[in-house]
Amino acid sequence: MQRGVNVIEGKAAPFKYENVDTDQIIPSEFLKIMSKRGIGRYCFYRWRYREDGSLNPDFILNNPKYSDASILIAGKNFGIGSSRENAVWALKDMGIKCIIAPSFGDIFYMNSVKNLLLCIKLPEEHVEKLQDMAEKTELYLKIDIENSTINYPGGEMKFDLDQTVKERFLKGLDEIETTLTYYGEKIKEYEDKMPSFIIPKARRFLPD
Amino acid sequence: MAGLSVFEKIWLRHVVYEREDGETLLYVDRHLTHEVTSPLAFEGLREKGRKVRRPDLTFSVTDHNVPTGDRLKPIEDKLSLEQIKALEKNARDFGITLFDLYSPYQGIVHVIGPELGLTIPGITLVCGDSHTSTHGALGALAFGIGTSEGEHVLATQTIWLKKPKNMLIKLEGRLQNNVTAKDIVLWVIRNIGTGGGIGHVIEYGGKVVEEMGVEERMTLCNMAIEAGARTAIISPDEKVYHYIKNTPYAPQEDEWEQALEYWRTLPSDPDAVYHKTITFELDKLEPQVTWGTNPAMTIGVTEEIPDPRDYDDPAERQAVERALKYMGLEPGTKIRDVKVDVVFIGSCTNGRLTDLIDAARVLVNNKIAHGVRALVVPGSQLVKRRAERMGLHRIFIEAGFEWKNAGCSMCIAMNEDKLRPGERCASTSNRNFENRQGPGGRTHLVSPIMAAAAAVYGRFVDVRESDLMSREEVLEYAKRS
Ligand code: SF4
Repeated sequence: MQRGVNVIEGKAAPFKYENVDTDQIIPSEFLKIMSKRGIGRYCFYRWRYREDGSLNPDFILNNPKYSDASILIAGKNFGIGSSRENAVWALKDMGIKCIIAPSFGDIFYMNSVKNLLLCIKLPEEHVEKLQDMAEKTELYLKIDIENSTINYPGGEMKFDLDQTVKERFLKGLDEIETTLTYYGEKIKEYEDKMPSFIIPKARRFLPD
Repeated sequence: MAGLSVFEKIWLRHVVYEREDGETLLYVDRHLTHEVTSPLAFEGLREKGRKVRRPDLTFSVTDHNVPTGDRLKPIEDKLSLEQIKALEKNARDFGITLFDLYSPYQGIVHVIGPELGLTIPGITLVCGDSHTSTHGALGALAFGIGTSEGEHVLATQTIWLKKPKNMLIKLEGRLQNNVTAKDIVLWVIRNIGTGGGIGHVIEYGGKVVEEMGVEERMTLCNMAIEAGARTAIISPDEKVYHYIKNTPYAPQEDEWEQALEYWRTLPSDPDAVYHKTITFELDKLEPQVTWGTNPAMTIGVTEEIPDPRDYDDPAERQAVERALKYMGLEPGTKIRDVKVDVVFIGSCTNGRLTDLIDAARVLVNNKIAHGVRALVVPGSQLVKRRAERMGLHRIFIEAGFEWKNAGCSMCIAMNEDKLRPGERCASTSNRNFENRQGPGGRTHLVSPIMAAAAAVYGRFVDVRESDLMSREEVLEYAKRS
């Protein structure tokens, strides 16, 4: 059972890359690790480290100014590509709580919701404004999920959040439990009416 | 009332419950799982003492990690072995059919689903893998999902979704010589962008699709995900029914007739409504090659590598600069002057029999260029056996290709098939992301014909100019020799 969250506060980093695919967030060799914990150190692995294993000073999150950031303000289409949920686990394990971007990969977005990593879609101008602020000063944001607001020094922005997603964050439900408890009967009814040809039965082998 | 699209028809039939806010509980007819994205979903079930609700609708296969060399040798990579063992244990504990490393039906999950008849028209299908969209080519509504969603499906056989929008992509015109489905889909992504399909189900239609074989349609649907689409689908037709008829899991006898009756109701109505319709005229389409680090960074084979200075948008310019640096390419270079080190034919995009036949059309009586390393990894063991029975493997081997066992292989580089840093590869896979085929590796996505030609010439060539044997001729040739 996950606990809910309502307010996220933290430092924001300008993460001005577009089309960040989940292969970059966590490279495939680390998908062999069967754990959600401890994989934060592999997040953005090939961007964060040089070949000899030392930190790459050009990578934004290695800049001391942003190394403690928990909010990324990213470019469009963040999280496209592979469905690997490990990308979300890695970001969370690294301490990222929220990502703000003009758009997200669909599967990444869904995975984030399930893990209570908040993804906020904002119009491009607003994203750019926040990126500028984060570049110029140390930008601390306070995000209120219930009211769907982002507070920054001297202002506030509203964002849209799907009602279901909002509830999910606020209540932190065990979705499987909810589905089985409230819709178990309905699923059963559906199954009773399923035509039998839908169910695969191996009756013939080696037809090649 | 307006007509319905194939996607809407399947969606409506699978609604278990729809909440007022549109959040819909959808029944899942088929759940395919592989070793990489499933372990923690099964672990979640164990922790809560839950069971798999429908083991009869759930199938597992090892594909991402598996060695493609000699299967009798022990697996050296310890972590891969652990993951493969975990799936074996999970399948055993939860009563699921597993196609393991030694199964004659093992292969890439998106290749074996359709070829075993697990994928049939009109069903909903999910898999913890983005390229699940592939199955849409048979008229199934197929979604790639994450591990948490996978756990939900294991436990409840349902998934919560909001109905995506639908988009029709019409492919019209007449294709030029040796231009294929891969070139079309790269062209589509190049035009609509990596985010162009976000939130949408892409339906492909039009004359080109109607004339296309089922396996080529799979190539189209497979890569729709690279345009950000939720999934892709094509109205099923007789070719699809023929493709699955007599496969091991397809409905048999009476049930086949019942199924057919249902399937024939599925094609999109002529007056179906779409949120967006885009038509591509393909008469002039030339073979496509990606030059950058996402599949939208594509040019035609007669074009030159783009110049960052031609981009007004600063973010885009930076992305182009970064991609060129990674790819080790100079603006203005003709793509036909770019040399390749490695050629990879395989993956869920282009690892099917048709793809191998197409590549063989180029390789007959040819040898790969000096210094080129080339491998062909059939999408499944069944594809491999069929190709061997036809004698195709000899064409590859004589040309200098390695002929391997089935798996994802160099598409994702989780086994021993990897690019070395700096190596440049003509690949029939679907992702040219940085480091995708191995750390520092440089990927150019192309069709199987283009990849085979790149192997022969050691660089990219315009295959429209090549006078190749037809598919029938090459099979005839393979049989004779
Ligand atoms: S072949 Fe590549 S894209 Fe297809 S399932 Fe395997 S890793 Fe994914």
